Amino acid sequence: MTKAVRSKFWHSDGRRLSGLSTLLLLLPFFAVIAFVFIYPIAQLLLISFLEPHPTLDNYARVVDNPVHARVLMRTLWTAALVTALSAVLGFPVAHYMSRTKGALAALVAVCVILPLWSSVLVRTAAWSFLLQRNGLINSALMALGLTSQPFKLLYTQSAVVIAMTHVLLPFMILPIYGALRSIPNDYARAAAVLGATRLRTFLEVILPLSLPGVVSGSLLVFLTALGFFITPALLGSPQEMMISTLVSKQIREILDWPFAAALVGVLTVFVTLLAIVFSKTLRFDRLMGSAS
Amino acid sequence: MKPPTDRGSLVLGAYVYAVLTFIIVPLVIVIPMSFSQSDYLAFPPTGFTLKWYAEYFDSRQWRAATWLSVQVALLTAVCASLIGTAATYAMVRGRSRFVALFQILLIGPIIVPHIALAVGLYLFFQTIGLSGTVPGFVLAHTVLTLPFVVFTMAAALGKVDANLEAAAMSCGATRFQAFRFVTLPLVLPSLASGALFAFIISFDEPVVSFFLSGIRQKTLPRRMFEDIEQNLTPVIPAIATLLIVLSIAILLGGHALRSRSKTQSSAG
Repeated sequence: MTKAVRSKFWHSDGRRLSGLSTLLLLLPFFAVIAFVFIYPIAQLLLISFLEPHPTLDNYARVVDNPVHARVLMRTLWTAALVTALSAVLGFPVAHYMSRTKGALAALVAVCVILPLWSSVLVRTAAWSFLLQRNGLINSALMALGLTSQPFKLLYTQSAVVIAMTHVLLPFMILPIYGALRSIPNDYARAAAVLGATRLRTFLEVILPLSLPGVVSGSLLVFLTALGFFITPALLGSPQEMMISTLVSKQIREILDWPFAAALVGVLTVFVTLLAIVFSKTLRFDRLMGSAS
Repeated sequence: MKPPTDRGSLVLGAYVYAVLTFIIVPLVIVIPMSFSQSDYLAFPPTGFTLKWYAEYFDSRQWRAATWLSVQVALLTAVCASLIGTAATYAMVRGRSRFVALFQILLIGPIIVPHIALAVGLYLFFQTIGLSGTVPGFVLAHTVLTLPFVVFTMAAALGKVDANLEAAAMSCGATRFQAFRFVTLPLVLPSLASGALFAFIISFDEPVVSFFLSGIRQKTLPRRMFEDIEQNLTPVIPAIATLLIVLSIAILLGGHALRSRSKTQSSAG
């Protein structure tokens, strides 16, 4: 018995790799992840607990200081708001995608997928053109006579919420689309035959079955939004920081590494725990799969 | 489904197209702005000029940043494809406790916020002298792009019948030869599409690049970030237009590769 197990480790039978070759093929991956992913983050976490001396003070400062506590609350609230907006905007689009065929379907798919593969900086820059004093939105409002003075739209939390929703919307649409597409058309037809109205069919058949996609998309958007950096850094107000912009400020201007490390620790642990709790619902491979 | 004729469907359709407009307009708007003659970014754009494109191509700083990003993205695509394909092959064909560990670790770079990795690497790479170097950027971007290469390759390798390799090996081929001459040709389109996506993710990656860039070694996204933050010159719409064209080209390329791999696997 032991001999058989050992020989499986050393030899392959043609269809399966031996244990040793499996490990050797995985080794470069493990090396890169250990060296460039686990080690740097573990080092940060250590600093947050050990500097200037073994202490929890760095974490106490995250919650005790009212300014920092407000940054945490703003980050959570912004991420939740962006998630809710993405769901409200994204669900009907996903539903439409799953019910459309041919050239129109391709056009809608391009509208959803092209932004996903274009630079976050391009999309953020586009919003700063749109929202600035003499940008498209202010010009349009003034041309329509809705206002005589341009609004201050740029460098506000609203600008951050709008642009983050824009950037993260595909992450909501694609998982919902994946869930909706896997519902057989017969279900809706069966409900109709049994006398259900279209609204009732939607509420009692389609919506419950698409819920895994909604949960998956919401988590993806929420988790990504919590750590978002580029958009708040470029469109937000310096008075209304998010956790990532606060981290950047601590490192680049104040050089307070232990505190920055504690902020990163709070963010990373929170996001990882949420991802572990919901690991069954999060289907990352769907993002690529449904892009085809 | 019945064609949408009633009022509810019309309202829903209008809502969907309004959302699609919200998605696509910010991307489209930069294109006319890149041809505007005005020296400051105002709407509507005036006149027609190519001077902002000329400014981008003539500027040594922009060219240096672009060249750095191209180098990093090419090397990242190569590293992520090699490491990712080896690991995916082990996952699909192998047996080992480590496969489960691999599948857990693979999700890490997607879950953990990029700002956390960026700050950790900023500290670590400074102590070992990798900050602002091509190998430093490539290592960081390889970690970020590996999951996408693995997802693409897992879908492709999963479809290749293990008996094909077993047959080749029973005819005297080594395991490597069986992979090289039987499996690899079948998954090559997916490998190319994974590499393409690794390239564009690396080329556009802003957060890690932001922290790893030195004073002289700046990637294109880092240079763009500074320009948007400080003065928002009309060169930005010109670069944005070029980047959108690049994204479209890569999406079309990836699509062509995937449809090729589909016809191949259905033929084989």
